[in-house]
Amino acid sequence: MTDATAIETRELAKRYKETIALAGLTMTVPRGEVFGFLGPNGAGKTTAVKLLLGRARPTGGQGVVLGAPLGDLAARRRIGYLPELFRYQSWLRAREVLAAHCELAGVPSDRWAGQISSVLELVGLTDRAGDRVGSFSKGMQQRLGIAVALLGDPEVVFLDEPTSALDPVGRADVRALIHHLREHGVTVFLNSHLLGEVEKVCDRVAIVDRGRVIVEGRIDELLGSRSVRIRVTEFDGKAEASLGRFGPLTIEGDWLTIRPVEAESVPDIVATIVAGGGRVHAVEPGRATLEDRFLALLQIEEALEAAKS
Amino acid sequence: MKTIVRLTLVEAVRRRILWAFLGLTVVIALLTAWGFSVLIDSAQRHGVNDVQIEVGVSQILILLAFMFSFVLAMSAAFLGAPSISSEVESGVLLAVLARPLRRSELILGRWLGLAIIVVAYTAVAGVFELGVTKLVTDYLPPHPVPAVAYLAGQAIVLLTISVLLSTRLPGIAAGAICVVLFGLSWMAGVMGGIAAALNLPEVASLANGARYLLPLDGLWKGTVFSLEPPSIALLGQLVGGRGGQAVSANPFFATSGPAPAYLLYVALWVAAVLGLAIFSFRRREI
Repeated sequence: MTDATAIETRELAKRYKETIALAGLTMTVPRGEVFGFLGPNGAGKTTAVKLLLGRARPTGGQGVVLGAPLGDLAARRRIGYLPELFRYQSWLRAREVLAAHCELAGVPSDRWAGQISSVLELVGLTDRAGDRVGSFSKGMQQRLGIAVALLGDPEVVFLDEPTSALDPVGRADVRALIHHLREHGVTVFLNSHLLGEVEKVCDRVAIVDRGRVIVEGRIDELLGSRSVRIRVTEFDGKAEASLGRFGPLTIEGDWLTIRPVEAESVPDIVATIVAGGGRVHAVEPGRATLEDRFLALLQIEEALEAAKS
Repeated sequence: MKTIVRLTLVEAVRRRILWAFLGLTVVIALLTAWGFSVLIDSAQRHGVNDVQIEVGVSQILILLAFMFSFVLAMSAAFLGAPSISSEVESGVLLAVLARPLRRSELILGRWLGLAIIVVAYTAVAGVFELGVTKLVTDYLPPHPVPAVAYLAGQAIVLLTISVLLSTRLPGIAAGAICVVLFGLSWMAGVMGGIAAALNLPEVASLANGARYLLPLDGLWKGTVFSLEPPSIALLGQLVGGRGGQAVSANPFFATSGPAPAYLLYVALWVAAVLGLAIFSFRRREI
């Protein structure tokens, strides 16, 4: 592992008696990136987070977080964590929860007030700092959880389903917050089912299935090529041939599809069609979504498993 | 660890646990005052002598202590039983354990916070009860501070076992087990006394073993001995032999307090069970 790596695992495995929760996780999360960790239910995501945070002991393989072995006490000072299912003490005020976590995180007491005000502002809870947590809505508890995770200026933040309880405004706020963390060089390990959210904020993703990473890479590489669909009438076959220079062409009724295609070529394509006498009714630039890729990869995995058995 | 201790104390205050305890104590103290004044008044009108009144008052005080020992033990059990498990279930501990905090610090912090609550409550309740008794009857037990300390000791023993159980079991299950253990330990104490009086060494040694497994009975006898007027203890010693053992068999009489070695054993027992709780929680994957 180099200094440029925040998290690295090699064949990290966890077995509970006969059940294999994690079969051998190998992945690298570079520092300063937003890393999406995806997979279907039961894929081993939660187990992986447990192991990375030292809440469970691996039965095989190894891993390091911020250059330290998993669960290292000193390294935990530099890690923030938002659990998926959590609650804070309902009898404490939001500010008191944050103060307790400042103390637990080893933040010097003269920096508590500044840190608490800063994270409250980041998550939009400044006005509710003096309220009991028991009176908070689920979304506000989620915001408080994110604020707790950001205390102590962590170098790595694990966010487990950070937008699950939030409304669209809250989700946009979390996206902005993740961008803010990236701008400040913080590594974000994002575990989420909301693939649209992941696609919007992540630099890199890993998809796990049956306890193994089935694909890992930059999101641009993973989503693959762009395409364009154009609905055209009054366009003859000769003119269609002129579109070949922009990329492979397929035709279904009035719809022409060119894939892959350079995004910059789309105006030229439209101009070519119009010059050839075609009437353009619709232009839909397209790209495989993360969800498309995710489902396709899982189907391939299932087919491979079926073939093996 | 001090963060956990502080959070435990704040929780007890904010969730009105302490206030409920203190309110009940005041009510019981007022009832005690009223009961004793009626008793003394009636006894004096019927010509009961002062020694008999003193014995009667001490016996009622011991019964009150027995009630408090039960209340304290149950309170300790039900404070300790959910202390870890409920926070694991609710997810409160997930963010806490991600911090640079050892699991041993969490266990010791929770235990210490709850122990402070239990000991403070015992002290306040003890001062209330003994103060009211002294005020109304003019009877002050020979060893009031040890009496309260032995009561607190029983609560600490039960608190410690409940924290151990809480590292693995849900709060309700751990609490129920503690109630049963308390009952069994008390029964073992009575059985041991009866077996000794009837000269049944096998039963006596069996009961004695149970008394050491959960060391509550010896502390209870310490409370009784500390609350009795010296005349009662002297009576037991004078009767001696089988008769003396018969007196000892009664759970509300004691001819002597616990030996220093026994108290040392209790302290070691608490430390060992706490160590076991830490070991158990460190092995648990959350």
